[in-house]
Amino acid sequence: MGSGKTRQKVLVLYLANSSLEASVKAWAVYDGTGKQRHMPGDSQEPPYPNGLAALLDGWRLIQATPLINHSHGEEFRMGYLKYEFFFEKLEHCD
Amino acid sequence: MTDSILLSTKQVAFFAANGYVELQAAVPSSINERFLDAIDASDRREDGSPQNLEKLSRLGGLMAKSEIPAVPAGTPLYEALEESTSLGDLIRLPSVRGAIQSLVGANCLLDHHFIHVANGPLAYGNRRQVSQHLHQDSTIDPRESAFDIQIFYFPHDVTPDMGGTRFVPGTHLRVVSESAVARYQNMLGQRHIECPAGTLFFMHHGIWHGGGVNSTNLTRFLYKLRLNPTKPQVRLWDTSDLERDDSRQRPIFFVKERYDPESVASILTRPMPWFENDTGRIEYIQRIRFWRKLIGDESFDADYWATRLECEPKLLAS
Repeated sequence: MGSGKTRQKVLVLYLANSSLEASVKAWAVYDGTGKQRHMPGDSQEPPYPNGLAALLDGWRLIQATPLINHSHGEEFRMGYLKYEFFFEKLEHCD
Repeated sequence: MTDSILLSTKQVAFFAANGYVELQAAVPSSINERFLDAIDASDRREDGSPQNLEKLSRLGGLMAKSEIPAVPAGTPLYEALEESTSLGDLIRLPSVRGAIQSLVGANCLLDHHFIHVANGPLAYGNRRQVSQHLHQDSTIDPRESAFDIQIFYFPHDVTPDMGGTRFVPGTHLRVVSESAVARYQNMLGQRHIECPAGTLFFMHHGIWHGGGVNSTNLTRFLYKLRLNPTKPQVRLWDTSDLERDDSRQRPIFFVKERYDPESVASILTRPMPWFENDTGRIEYIQRIRFWRKLIGDESFDADYWATRLECEPKLLAS
């Protein structure tokens, strides 16, 4: 990669179900290259229609939420978004 | 005193499903102007000078020197904000008093109030302006049979470039821990408030929200007032439009007629854009349970979502 540095870009997608082909419901982007600064509420349209589209664009999946059995009595309590997928891209910076 | 204008069943059903009721330009300009006078903010123009910033910053001038009273938490609302003050008159407007009565009761308590200030870029100098992270106010709130409301009052026009509050309709029934949801930068269906002066939003305490970036040279203000109920929140609104059909089951999946989109069942089973496939259905169940509390009828259901799960025939003892 020459004399430059490598930095990580992180994309977090929240999908409609546990499949990577499911549509995106929420998202976040953190750019370690410093080229772009993202913030809450900065876009109304997701960067990709689904998780697979992010893979096709070169993002590497690095974490996915496991499917956890529902504890008795808590089956209907809703909290955080359920299908969270972390992707990364490594970019060369001069 | 003029009679309160209570909310309708449809409005409260909308609140149960979406987590808010909006009254556009409900506050007359005379009260808006008096409120801005009371916080010495009739002139909201920013010029970047230290004196100007001192005047239009939160603790520098607005709250410390304003006529808005500091109120002990838990004070009865109508004792806390006296008549003939701008806020006292605001909460006694028939539509405002009616909405408060419909949601938390006429004898509600003032939990706290606050003036939120969003300065424009001149106040930041070289510092980067960043929108506020998504959060739910207070802390984890597992209550099931009671809720607070937060009134969001916008005393002046809020244009899109002023960064009006961003919120996500329908998130209010999720039990989360304050800013634990900050990672979600954007969600489908999120709404950025832009509104005419005098607009009020009556928000369920659980709704996820955050302030936006003001890119104008006019300071943006939001007055927020949290209220607690003192009695069960059951049928406090005008129930004259609560129809018998609202408690009847209708055909589901295989249907031959279009549903009435204004029925309570339709309102409670309307999905949000951010709903996940499976948990969206659980959101319906949560709304149904919330509505049961609101109407005081534990047998209510919409489209059989709850009844199916409660169907457990037992053997009779011989």
